[in-house]
Amino acid sequence: MYAENILDHYKNPRNKGVLENPSVTHEEFNPLCGDRIRLQLKVDAQGTIVCARFLGTGCAISQASASMLVEQAEGKTLKEVRAWSKEDVLDWLGIPIGPVRLKCALLALDTLKNALEILNKMNPSVVQGARP
Amino acid sequence: MKARATVHSALDVERIRRDFPILSLKVNARPLVYLDNAATTQKPLQVLNAMQGYYTLSNANVHRGIHYLSARATELYEDAHIRAAQFFGAKSMQEMVFTKNATEALNLAAYSLTQSLRPGDEIVLTFMEHHSNIVPWQQLALQRGLKVRFVPIQSNGQLDVHVLDEMLSERTKIVGVVHASNVLGTINDVKSIARRAHKAGAKVVVDGAQSAPHVKVDVRELDCDFFAFSGHKMLGPTGIGGLYGKQELLERLPPFLFGGDMIREVHATHSKWNDLPWKFEAGTPPIAEAVGLHAAMDYLNALDLDRVHAHEQMLVFRALNGLAKMPGVHVLGPLDARARTGLVSFETPSVHPHDLAEVLNAQGIGIRGGHHCAMPLAEHLNLKNGSARASFYVYNSLSEVDALLAGVKKALKLFG
Ligand SMILES: Cc1ncc(COP(=O)(O)O)c(C=O)c1O
Repeated sequence: MYAENILDHYKNPRNKGVLENPSVTHEEFNPLCGDRIRLQLKVDAQGTIVCARFLGTGCAISQASASMLVEQAEGKTLKEVRAWSKEDVLDWLGIPIGPVRLKCALLALDTLKNALEILNKMNPSVVQGARP
Repeated sequence: MKARATVHSALDVERIRRDFPILSLKVNARPLVYLDNAATTQKPLQVLNAMQGYYTLSNANVHRGIHYLSARATELYEDAHIRAAQFFGAKSMQEMVFTKNATEALNLAAYSLTQSLRPGDEIVLTFMEHHSNIVPWQQLALQRGLKVRFVPIQSNGQLDVHVLDEMLSERTKIVGVVHASNVLGTINDVKSIARRAHKAGAKVVVDGAQSAPHVKVDVRELDCDFFAFSGHKMLGPTGIGGLYGKQELLERLPPFLFGGDMIREVHATHSKWNDLPWKFEAGTPPIAEAVGLHAAMDYLNALDLDRVHAHEQMLVFRALNGLAKMPGVHVLGPLDARARTGLVSFETPSVHPHDLAEVLNAQGIGIRGGHHCAMPLAEHLNLKNGSARASFYVYNSLSEVDALLAGVKKALKLFG
């Protein structure tokens, strides 16, 4: 069943909210479950995420993983978060996720990846970390 | 009225459970409580043995060879049609087409019935339909310029037949309606809907996937033109379902799938169709599955569907009462157990249905959470996250309903 950390993130989400001047805003929706996550990142000129916020509704797995993801993202470079994979998210969650719930668990990561795509189109050098 | 201390079931559940070895499984170190019967039911040994017996001693293709085994397999396959025709009160097996499932049966009806329709013709469905009785019509309507309209649902979980009456006109060619809703549990008055539709000159297609397993169905009493069902929801195997159709209609309508077995003569440029029901069954059919379905129908006949319905009403009554007492739980559908089949869907705004299902699974209880393949219904009722659904069958007991209620309480506390 749900580990304490998942319930904790679900009931007390970290970094939930709205950014004033985000570098990027992106939203993903999973119509099958009704899970919804909107992610906002503020990135400095060096490609570091100075602020990450999310808004969302849905099951505990989808919302806890979003909370964990934004918490982890702050202070990291875009290059670092670009390397995150499914395994990283499952590590944070710390419980076995069956095939049916995988979509819920990975919605936040998908939202992040697509947000990075948008940033990349706007400003490729910042995202790819081609900085001194 | 006060509930009595002891309730006597119409069915001998202890005895029935011996026919279903799967029900003795332990899940997460707890006895399995299987409450997802609207998705699919478990299969009794009688069904499994019939199918194994068929493959062990009677296997061959049907309608082809003149050798012993082919004749034997053909006889068994045709017997299954005869049993299914009797089970639903059809005139003869000519009116009973076997398909892969209810979905294919509804696709057959939709395709064959719409081939002669003209742009502007109308199809009336309801907001209670499963996707399988929406998407085929919707897609054919797009191809042929037809209009699809939906009858709304009242707050008591019943269809608004007055709106149906207003929608019906000489443009209405088809009325498609679910006999029993897989989300609300509502049993619709198909007989009265059919009378109204026929008066307007429309044909009536009934999705019986959730009624066939739970209530006695007599297609001639309902006076529907088509009735679709799935074997796996009524103790039978997956891979087989069927479509009852009135003989004169089946004779007139074009086939849906083409190939071997459904033809009488094939020439380079044209073909002639086989007799009913084979005209609508192309290719090698699900023979072992038909044998299994036959055994499932025998099993249900022996239990008696009136007793099955009474047993389920007892379980639903207990579940409705228990859930109604819990703050933070909102039950969907009719509040009267008599207007329902054996399922209860409910919303718990503080707990997402998937979370509820996960918490219950940890206690060995299997329920379904989500939109139950009826997204237009979820939208119509404004259920953002769908709902949780517990669906009962002949082998479920009152103590399993109590386990469900305790589990829901626990989940509400955990997330509260
Ligand atoms: C009301 C209803 N109609 C149709 C179907 C489709 O059945 P199948 O998937 O067996 O074709 C279902 C099954 O979920 C159902 O509940």
